[in-house]
Amino acid sequence: MNDPIIKTESLRFSYTNAEGESPVVLNGVDLQIEKGSFVAVLGHNGSGKSTLAKHMNAILLPSGGKVYVAGTDTADEEKLMEIRRTVGMVFQNPDNQIVANVVEEDVAFAPENLGVAPEEIRRRVDEALQAVGMYEYREHAPHLLSGGQKQRIAIAGVIAMEPQCIVLDEPTAMLDPVGRADVLRTIKQLNRTKGVTVVIITHHMDEAAQADRLVVMAKGKVVADGTPKEVFQNVDDLKAVGLTVPDTTELLWQLRQCGQDVPLDALSDEECARALYDLLNP
Amino acid sequence: MALKDITLGQFFPGNSPLHRMDPRTKLIGIVLYIVALFLAKSVLTYGILFALLATLIAISRVPLKSILRGMKPVVFILIFTAILNLLYTPGETVLLKWWILTVTLEGVRTAIFMVVRIMMLITATFLLTYTTSPILLTDGIENLLGPLKRIRVPVHELAMMMSIALRFIPTLIEETDKIMSAQRARGADFESGSLLRRAKALVPLLVPLFISAFRRADELAVAMECRCYHGGEGRTRLRRLTYRALDRVTIAAALFLCAGIFVLGRFGL
Repeated sequence: MNDPIIKTESLRFSYTNAEGESPVVLNGVDLQIEKGSFVAVLGHNGSGKSTLAKHMNAILLPSGGKVYVAGTDTADEEKLMEIRRTVGMVFQNPDNQIVANVVEEDVAFAPENLGVAPEEIRRRVDEALQAVGMYEYREHAPHLLSGGQKQRIAIAGVIAMEPQCIVLDEPTAMLDPVGRADVLRTIKQLNRTKGVTVVIITHHMDEAAQADRLVVMAKGKVVADGTPKEVFQNVDDLKAVGLTVPDTTELLWQLRQCGQDVPLDALSDEECARALYDLLNP
Repeated sequence: MALKDITLGQFFPGNSPLHRMDPRTKLIGIVLYIVALFLAKSVLTYGILFALLATLIAISRVPLKSILRGMKPVVFILIFTAILNLLYTPGETVLLKWWILTVTLEGVRTAIFMVVRIMMLITATFLLTYTTSPILLTDGIENLLGPLKRIRVPVHELAMMMSIALRFIPTLIEETDKIMSAQRARGADFESGSLLRRAKALVPLLVPLFISAFRRADELAVAMECRCYHGGEGRTRLRRLTYRALDRVTIAAALFLCAGIFVLGRFGL
């Protein structure tokens, strides 16, 4: 059983806006997200990346094409709960995802909706809070926590459903650098230790660089797909769709423009330093 | 304007017997206490109820200061009630007569009782919200109103709405503060001028607040759907409400108190 957890087939989406126009947001997206992978979806504002995310657990249904979650068509209304508990979703603003006044009661919200027995809810809540490192805060009021902590609570609220996959739609966009680092570390850890498939929607290059696979979206289409190293080497292509590249790649690329012979696939700070060292000490 | 002073519906986490009590017991207890308050007619019965309230506050370990602070918004109502009762209670012993205003001994008595009654009533309800987490409170209400589901009252939905409203009070207060600062930075003046002027000054505050509240509501609804919310059907709870011995005793005692106050009232006490 190595079916992809999420699969889109020539997915199209358009909506009718107030002016009566129907802009096409997604224009034929074919994507397979493998189980256990860590995928970043990178794109500019309006590239359709958030819309794509909302298709992954049937918040939006395709205008054309199909989306399958663990083999189930998301258009199948009878399986809606099944789909939503398989693919959890975390949004940008933690304040608008937290339902309850006490941390642990908020984390319990999803299993409560699923009709899980109270003892089992207790176990899942404790486990989820430990997984995001917020167990000590279980009896706190969420509005007194920092943005990063709130976002980790939101993540715990989703993993308490025990989903196979988590889709995070710009989870760090409203956070300070410390909160961002905490949230990213949490996500990575979930992927590595619990084998949860992670899809992170972002416009931060450095976040995208940490994924195993990078999908670049522009104008409702996938324009690049591969490991971050592969994708970031196509600096010209990325710049053409309005994206920048990580600082390391940018530096090496600039050097290359000047005719220096440096590799472009040195993504981490260490690799980049190595490349520069090699350049200076031939 | 100190918006953070609004303590309505706030909860003080703690571990007193009052905190641990079943929310339903507390709700029933409060209702019975309020009934008793309205049955009380004499210094003796008021004294009993006051002593009871004082004991409960002591047990709850809620700081007295926060209870008094919660009284601030109702000071106006208290003064208003006192004046009305002072002036419009007919009686024989006239203490003061000036123009068309008469103050009688009965008037003074009623005014004092009325103010004390309202203050005790508010304190008692504060004690309920201070010692009960909003979720448990709404659980309790949902549970107590459960039988109304049969006549198609959307009890679960009402309870959910209430708990979300309570959850967003601090968020919206924070947001109001932010918008106010932003408008002030642009020269808005919320504090001076006539009442009408001040009311008008609130418009640029309320419009962005409402817009953002609607956006929040929309996002929250999607987030709740993502977490498989589909109404009250088949929903379980992390905490099950269970009546313990203490709860039974409390309800019995509250019933006894009501009856006692009623009987004392019959004897003119």
